[in-house]
Amino acid sequence: MPYTPHTAEETQAMLDVIGVKTIEDLFADIPADMRPKSFDLPQGLSEMETCAYFEKLAGKNNTDLVSFLGAGFYNHYIPKAIDNLVGRGEFYTAYTPYQPESSQGTLQAIFEFQTAVCNLLEMDAANASVYDGGFAIFEAMMMAVRAGRKRKKIVIDESVNPFYREMVDTYTDNIDVDIVVVPHADGLSNLDALKAAIDSDCAAVVVQNPNFFGNVQDFTELFEHAHANKAAGIISVYPVMQSVMKTPGEMGADIAVAEAQSLGQPLSFGGPYLGVMACTKKMIRQLPGRIVGRTEDVDGKTGYVLTLQAREQHIRRAKATSNICSNQGLCALRALIHMSLLGPEGLIRTAELSMERAHYLADRLTMIDGVELLNDAPFCNEFAIRLPINAEDAIEALMDKGFVTGYPAGRAYEGMDNVLLVACTELHSFEQIGVFTELLGGIL
Amino acid sequence: MKTLFAQSVPGRTACLPPKPEERAERFLPKELMRAKRPVLPEVSELDVVRHFTRLSTLNYSVDSNFYPLGSCTMKYNPKYTEYVASLPGYTTPHPALPQLPKGAQFTQGSLQTMYEAEEMLCELTGMEAFTSQPMAGANGELTGALLIAAYHKHKGNKKTKIICPDAAHGTNPASAVLAGYEVVNIESKDGIVDPEALEAVLDDSVAAVMMTCPNTLGLFESHLPTIVEKLRRVDALLYYDGANFNAIMGKMRIGDVGFDVVHLNVHKTLATPHGGGGPGAGPVGVSERLVPFLPTHRPAKAEDGTYYLDTDLPLSIGHVSPFYGSFAVMLKAYAYMVLLGGEGLTQATERAVLNANYMRKRLENHLYIPYNRICMHEFVASASKLQDECGVRALDLAKGLLEKGHHAPTIYFPLIVKECLMFEPTETESKETLDGFLDDLIDLIETAKKDPEALFSAPHNTPVRRLDETKAAREMVLTDEV
Amino acid sequence: MAYPENILYNKSHEWANIEGEEATIGITSFAQEQLGDITFVELPEVGDTLEAGDEMGSIESVKAASELYIPVGGEVIAVNEALEDTPEKVNEEPFEGGWLIKIKLTDEPKGLLSATEYAELVASEAH
Repeated sequence: MPYTPHTAEETQAMLDVIGVKTIEDLFADIPADMRPKSFDLPQGLSEMETCAYFEKLAGKNNTDLVSFLGAGFYNHYIPKAIDNLVGRGEFYTAYTPYQPESSQGTLQAIFEFQTAVCNLLEMDAANASVYDGGFAIFEAMMMAVRAGRKRKKIVIDESVNPFYREMVDTYTDNIDVDIVVVPHADGLSNLDALKAAIDSDCAAVVVQNPNFFGNVQDFTELFEHAHANKAAGIISVYPVMQSVMKTPGEMGADIAVAEAQSLGQPLSFGGPYLGVMACTKKMIRQLPGRIVGRTEDVDGKTGYVLTLQAREQHIRRAKATSNICSNQGLCALRALIHMSLLGPEGLIRTAELSMERAHYLADRLTMIDGVELLNDAPFCNEFAIRLPINAEDAIEALMDKGFVTGYPAGRAYEGMDNVLLVACTELHSFEQIGVFTELLGGIL
Repeated sequence: MKTLFAQSVPGRTACLPPKPEERAERFLPKELMRAKRPVLPEVSELDVVRHFTRLSTLNYSVDSNFYPLGSCTMKYNPKYTEYVASLPGYTTPHPALPQLPKGAQFTQGSLQTMYEAEEMLCELTGMEAFTSQPMAGANGELTGALLIAAYHKHKGNKKTKIICPDAAHGTNPASAVLAGYEVVNIESKDGIVDPEALEAVLDDSVAAVMMTCPNTLGLFESHLPTIVEKLRRVDALLYYDGANFNAIMGKMRIGDVGFDVVHLNVHKTLATPHGGGGPGAGPVGVSERLVPFLPTHRPAKAEDGTYYLDTDLPLSIGHVSPFYGSFAVMLKAYAYMVLLGGEGLTQATERAVLNANYMRKRLENHLYIPYNRICMHEFVASASKLQDECGVRALDLAKGLLEKGHHAPTIYFPLIVKECLMFEPTETESKETLDGFLDDLIDLIETAKKDPEALFSAPHNTPVRRLDETKAAREMVLTDEV
Repeated sequence: MAYPENILYNKSHEWANIEGEEATIGITSFAQEQLGDITFVELPEVGDTLEAGDEMGSIESVKAASELYIPVGGEVIAVNEALEDTPEKVNEEPFEGGWLIKIKLTDEPKGLLSATEYAELVASEAH
């Protein structure tokens, strides 16, 4: 049998040591009436056959589509060295670094990841990751609820990614937390309405930058207002664009979170992705998950350990800051290697190449009769346009021609059936943009 | 080792994209831009490759060392699954694509993969339906608790408590609390759940009991039928923590014996790599009465044989991940199941249990084993007698094992056994490997009795020696300031 | 081990030194020893009012954490801010510089232990 090395002789020798006759004797504790009622699994296959089967399945997905679909998840270039390095078994077949003497590779990598995240977002501390950007928002809210003691209200901007707001609704359904959604104003965060919603029961206000419509705003004043009312400011950001955008730290955010899929993770139909969480010094004790700290060994040599573990479920159980155990370790390593290979200049160029293409596309699209930008606020690599027809119809019409037009805003926002979100990255060619514009113009 | 930040030289570059024609200032007003460039390593590609290659060599891993970490099922991770998950057909599709008009036709491969994987998990566990959305074991527990809450809410039941046995993983009570429940602990008797202790706290306010079987001591929960019967009386549900599922594949199905919800840790039982802490996947299976509440966008098969995402689920709890969970991880798990088949999976369980019992038997005369009878895939020993004799604790034995080139077992869990060491060898280790490890461990125990100092100061030959965790926690140096 | 005579103790290993209408609260030398090197103390805020037995915060060492319970009811009038930077004070001088909070009593102390009774409790727990 594959992956079990026991020969018949060895098995017998081991059974003799144990003092039983057959392997089945080891399962005598499971009575007959608790045995499987059915176990109709297929016969196993050889590796060769298995790979052929999955090659066939994978072949049923189309990889030739030209896609302008983003909605918070983007196809950026992934340097080839990443797969090579994270493919080292020493990284990917290790467990959570509970024994620091034999886990310095993983621990130092997490420490460097925390450093990179803090430098990118200009925050004081970061954890070793959580599952994804949406779960990071939920965890950030729970941090604020704990820090805010008896405060139970979370004010969230409607232009925060609706995929994440749906997760937040699911996760908070059975707990004593009130989610107050403040409607957007034509694709922009309604700063006045957000401020007005922050009262003495509010634990935190949650915004996203760029928001779901791609618009970029400054939340400094909003966070000042939140602080004046003893509420925390939470911001969800896009790591690639963060290389040029005003940082959560500069805006005075208390907690910054991100989906870091854009840092070296393939789209892979939804995951695994990478939830990033960073916070101010004041909030560190509320931070969930693994955190690595630098220290010394008995000989005075620098080393790294999991620290502040008393917050975590394996010690604190029901009183832990979170239930998280496994996180996205290898994805965080990918992101760290990605940021290291690109460096500050490479990350900035990635942002700029993507912005350049998106703005070129926006200019071309708005030349089509009846197509206009949703608003005139600044944007980076994704933007919203209003079409003369239903966005779903436009998407359907171009799908057959091999183009994924974008995301229909009407899925998540009332009265926006004609609004389409379109995204570019550095991987789009100007030629593709030209063809796409002509095709879209042709159906409008 | 110097961090990559400390190796940074301004102006040095590695994998640089082409130069843009426009800089960001053209698109963003100054007040929306950051004042300073981010401080990230400025290094060459060789610097990066050498740095991470060297870091990797500081780790113990399944690929390089025996890793009998109890409760973690550190089995060998077959390499072909990495190949399968890296096929461009799988890595390319955007997860929102099948949700768009006509989008599903371009992602039939991924949808079919998810559908088949969930079907196979159903047969493997005897559950009615599965969701692939939960992103790790603990996330599966939380999802399970939310499903339980949705079920009771729908029935109009007023439930406020979840019962966890004292031997449970810490994630169980933490997940129950995160889902809005009060946790009630019950004490074990003879290493397993005591039906009388359960009866004493069981009333109409109990939403569920979270169990694992075999439990964290590696013992089969023989009162299971009684427990199921008791729970039915108060309409409480039974949750199965799948962390120990490697012990029962082909021998018992979770659904057949009355569990209502289960999460599996595919990074344990189904051989996907742990990645130094993740990513995992925690698919959740449910019995018939919980099916209507499963997360939405469920992969489904139409009459014409095509696959689609079902959103016609009015009672669904919504989404626990933005799309369909850790797709690539579930893909590896499915590829593992396809290769092994029913017989291979059963044999994996048989040999995992064989290896655990062999280790237990060979150790019994050297280390105290509190529940010394036929165990399942893991067992717990205790260094408490050794500690009384010579002061050497479980921690010291663990460090001694590191020095000998083995990963340590899990120590100080479960909390109900003092100075415990929890061994889980898994099925992929050979008799020679087990013998080599056991010889070294027995040797350490003998050394401890004669020269405990040698263990107190271990390890000596690892990349670093014992680290000052108090200093780390008090000073909190969490980033590299250079 | 000897415990200071002039103060009162509860079963969860906190002490209260009552002077007139005020009391100083801390954890015992036994408690700090059980926890090991203390790395963090979480305390209530000045102005909070707590009843005897209420949770008033938590205390952490590297590998353990424990909730703190107030032995006698009162309004918090001071917290030991020095513990923020030097939590080791609780290890070093649990009955002096390592005190946790000061309260203004709102309640009579009830059911607390004398030093001798507490020493007996500790002796029985050590078994």
